Amino acid sequence: MKIKWALLTLIFTIATVLTGCEPLLVLDPKGPQGRTTADVIMISIWTMAIVVVVVFALYIFIVRKYRASNQSEDYEPPHIEGSLKLEIVWTAIPVLIVAFLSVVTVVSTYKVEATPEGYNEEPLVIYASSSNWKWHFSYPEQNIETVNYLFIPTDRPIEFKLYSYGPISSFWIPQLGGQKYAMADMVNTLNLAADVPGEYSGRNANFTGEGFAQQTFNVKAMPQKEFDEWVKEINATAEPLTEDKFEELLKPGHLGQSTYTGTHLTFSPPPEGHHEKGDSGNEEVQPGSSKKEQDEEVDHSKMNH
Amino acid sequence: MKVDHSLPLEYGTEQNRLNILGFWIFLGAEIALFGTLFASYFTLVDRTGSGPTGAEIFEITPVLIETILLLTSSFTIGLGIHAMRLGKAKAMITFFAITLLLGLGFLGVEIYDFIVYIHEGATLQTSGFTAILFLTLGTHGAHVTFGLFWGAFIILQVIKRGLTPETANKAFIFSLYWHFLDVVWIFIFSFVFLKGMM
Amino acid sequence: MDFFARFAVPNPGPTIYASMVAIALTMVAIFVGLTYYKKWGYLWREWLTTVDHKRIGIMYLISALLMLFRGGVDAIMMRAQTAVPENTLLGAQEYNEIFTTHGVVMIIFMAMAFIMALMNFAVPLQIGARDVAFPRLNALSFWLYFFGAMLFNISFVIGGSPDSGWSSYFPLAGTEYSESVGTNYYMLALQISGLGTLITGINFITTILKMRAPGMTLMKMPMFTWSALITNLIIVFAFPVLTVALLMGTMDRLFATNFFTTSNGGMDMLWANLFWVWGHPEVYILILPAFGIYSEIISTFSRRNLYGYKSMVISMVAISVLSFLVWVHHFFTMGQGALVNSIFSITTMAIAVPTGIKIFNWLFTLRKGKIVFTTPMLYSLGFIPIFTIGGVTGVMLGMASADYQYHNTMFLVAHFHLVIIPGVVFAMIAGLFYWWPKMFGFMLNERLGKWSFWFIAISVCVTFFPMFISGLDGQARRMYTYSESTGFGIWNLISFIGAIGLAIGFALIVYNIYYSIRYSTREIPADPWDARSLEWATHSPVPEYNFAIVPEVDSTEAFWDYKKKGYKLFKGKYEPIHMPNNSGVPFLMGLVFFVWGFAFVFGMWIFAVIASIGIAACLAHRSFEKDHGRYISVEEIEKTEKDLGGAKE
Ligand code: HEM
Ligand SMILES: [Cu+2]
Ligand SMILES: [Cu+2]
Repeated sequence: MKIKWALLTLIFTIATVLTGCEPLLVLDPKGPQGRTTADVIMISIWTMAIVVVVVFALYIFIVRKYRASNQSEDYEPPHIEGSLKLEIVWTAIPVLIVAFLSVVTVVSTYKVEATPEGYNEEPLVIYASSSNWKWHFSYPEQNIETVNYLFIPTDRPIEFKLYSYGPISSFWIPQLGGQKYAMADMVNTLNLAADVPGEYSGRNANFTGEGFAQQTFNVKAMPQKEFDEWVKEINATAEPLTEDKFEELLKPGHLGQSTYTGTHLTFSPPPEGHHEKGDSGNEEVQPGSSKKEQDEEVDHSKMNH
Repeated sequence: MKVDHSLPLEYGTEQNRLNILGFWIFLGAEIALFGTLFASYFTLVDRTGSGPTGAEIFEITPVLIETILLLTSSFTIGLGIHAMRLGKAKAMITFFAITLLLGLGFLGVEIYDFIVYIHEGATLQTSGFTAILFLTLGTHGAHVTFGLFWGAFIILQVIKRGLTPETANKAFIFSLYWHFLDVVWIFIFSFVFLKGMM
Repeated sequence: MDFFARFAVPNPGPTIYASMVAIALTMVAIFVGLTYYKKWGYLWREWLTTVDHKRIGIMYLISALLMLFRGGVDAIMMRAQTAVPENTLLGAQEYNEIFTTHGVVMIIFMAMAFIMALMNFAVPLQIGARDVAFPRLNALSFWLYFFGAMLFNISFVIGGSPDSGWSSYFPLAGTEYSESVGTNYYMLALQISGLGTLITGINFITTILKMRAPGMTLMKMPMFTWSALITNLIIVFAFPVLTVALLMGTMDRLFATNFFTTSNGGMDMLWANLFWVWGHPEVYILILPAFGIYSEIISTFSRRNLYGYKSMVISMVAISVLSFLVWVHHFFTMGQGALVNSIFSITTMAIAVPTGIKIFNWLFTLRKGKIVFTTPMLYSLGFIPIFTIGGVTGVMLGMASADYQYHNTMFLVAHFHLVIIPGVVFAMIAGLFYWWPKMFGFMLNERLGKWSFWFIAISVCVTFFPMFISGLDGQARRMYTYSESTGFGIWNLISFIGAIGLAIGFALIVYNIYYSIRYSTREIPADPWDARSLEWATHSPVPEYNFAIVPEVDSTEAFWDYKKKGYKLFKGKYEPIHMPNNSGVPFLMGLVFFVWGFAFVFGMWIFAVIASIGIAACLAHRSFEKDHGRYISVEEIEKTEKDLGGAKE
């Protein structure tokens, strides 16, 4: 029986750690999207904790009470087919729980997929592209590009446009919100925002080969004014990003942080851009926007089953 | 071997009945296989890269010939099984032979068609679309090729051993296989070729 | 020399040289041993050519244990590497190869083989059959699996291991980013063994539908047989998807096609979809037989009939259907948008309902029972709480918005290990202890068995619980190292300690096998556990024809009724029994497939053509062969039955 108590203790330890003094990154959000997911996670943990406690309690009770050593020699366990009433109970209650969690999921999923609300300003668009094993951030509006680090203004929605110059990568800043894939043949949109100035860590979460472990980047969130100053300074001091330079940056390997004026978007536009402009003759031309692919995937489900 | 004479020969023994059920389940797996190919085909059909689209390379005449050959062969193998049930080994062998010849004709036209595609610049490597096109057609074609050998073996066995529960069982199962390939072809004809040409 | 250069491993390290030596020594030892003891003939006659489902089951079992060892060594190395920050025990490339082979070996070659072992051994016995519907194909299934596994395993020392994860996502797995032949091995080895699995699927469905003892209607089948039926149905519909995906992947790699490339119209996401359309049902292929085993064991050692038989069956059917409708949850983060993700979240969480029903049915089987804590029962009882934790975290992962945070992290790793280990591995061990006496005629040592249980059960928790925490703290999976400042160190260290405990637990099982072979008494009854289903109604070990007289059944627990209520199980008298002949063709065909796969891996087309002709020749041989099997005479049966301890009523 000791193991069950050990288990319970462990669960409580985990619960303490989750809520305790040194918060885990995912549960210590610094923006609206991260807060939504953290809330969802806590809701699900508590809901599931109830399930676990009920099952464990029943289990401990039954296993203790009906062990052979606790019973008389001539006890003959009865033959019981089952009970419709009980079956209904343990079908209906889980259905209710799943229904509850489904509602939470749908609402929160729509929420984190959309531009965060409550901000006056238009979203800042940043193109985040991965290459083995780096991240390139292009600010078309500000006309600058950084490698392996990201400056963002606080209190303003950020719209990341994600794509890859290599394998499927996943763009993830745990404290700001969930991750999303960056792929070579389409552009994904990830909506985030930071409310608190500070430094956060970001990384590629999806395995991309040898240099994957170090494919990280730093995020610095700062008030808009500071951000504008930073932009101004970069524009004044950084070198321009040439096509040759970008080719060099794309070569597999690790790089430190660097900054350029201009973006690679002008000479090496993201995959979706190609398609919309209908500009053909390029290897990267991909018909099939994200919307279309979804339909196909749903279609596909019908096909197979 | 216990033979139950109240049933058709191909169902006569316990093992025969097992074989037939097993083969039906195998066809279930084949449906999943071709279903996956079709799903992938629909996913990739517009992804032609810099290569040609279906409409640019498909031609109706060879495809129609293929369809007619295969449909007819499905009919003749039905006649072959009918003859087998009547115990007419000779007629059965004849119909089976015709079936295989039609299958061979189908394969010939399909290979010709492939060569035409390649000449028009649609090779296996050209694009996502051509890859799945060749894979779907090729998987079906490979099944037909396999069927030609299999059918020939069965004909040889019927000639050598006559109509026994064993040979009848094999012939019947082979006919199921052949009909199945016909059904798959009808899907290919409608959803790959007709749809692609429209 | 140029010809041989391709077989060199791209970046050999000490682990690889050590394995080369180990493999060479083992092979020499086996060869010398067999020759010295003059066992070649025995090996060929009794094992390599056998078509007996029991022996095939045992061969699966041995292979599964070997693969468990291989995958376990991988696991220990990974945990050792990550035990402390910035460790340099393994390099990035080595680590990547190891976690890739760990995943593939454990799922495809260990867990699958283990369930195949127990299904092969137990299902025909449980339904009172003499063998499976197609014994010859059954042998072929095994040899395809076996040679597929061998092909995969030699990649380590010849040409290089695959290194793009067990999910092998393109374009990473394409030739551009994975240049070595490693991923070719992945594609071909899985293809070959997958073919074997598909054949098993067809074989067992036919067997279960057509060869049950008289009176055993579908709703009177033992629960393990039910689970086998449903599992094999899933196999038949899921494996062809893998076949196609692997075919496309192979063509992309060997013939430069554009299925999954990122140029010329290829679509990387197609691979992800196809992989998981197979992959999710695959995890249920693993878990359902495990559920079946637990049902048998829990009912046996509670000394009660299984509670809610009907709802057990219905919930398994529901799980099998749902398992095909949830695959998108493996890539919620691919950008399908909120609608698609919401739909798949709901289908995913819905699986928890039938799973919960099963848990409650097991609990209520225990209730009013008379629980005996044997080793198989301990594993089954350990399964319930740990699997519950794995399951509820599955539900949490199923919530799309939250999954954006769990995906690709150690949290996910914790989830699936906490379902697969208590779910599948515990069931396999439990089944091993449970059916061992039936297989070999003696029991495994209970004391050592219980020790191994406590080691494994506690260590599983110690190993995987910390991963929930480090996952939520942002530790991505598949990282070969991390910096000290992340603070992941402590959790990974705990995890490593747990992994050592697991290794000790498994070593105890192996020692138990050795110990029991040497010391365990051979004087055991045919029904040592006081069990309920038909396999216990025949002798241990089981004679080749299984039952001298085919049992007749009229309830779900006919054997129990026979013991307790005087029900007459065996009516009639001995009759000659028809049995299939042994054949070396399946073994040869497996061998030829091995050569075929190897030739493809290295693009050696001449060999590939020769091997293809070899395969065709085997098939042609089978077509023309006349083999009507043989009969065991009544005298022979009488003699065997007497030798095994008296004829059965
Ligand atoms: C209550 C039932 C379950 C639910 C709701 C569930 C849900 C999930 C979800 C949503 C994921 C994907 C998470 C991600 O990639 O972000 C996942 C992964 C996984 N699950 Fe489960 N699961 C359940 C039971 C099982 C069982 C029974 C098994 C195996 C026997 C299993 C094995 C796995 C594996 C192997 C993966 C990870 C695959 C990979 O990415 O390498 N799950 N599960
Ligand atoms: Cu994409
Ligand atoms: Cu899944």
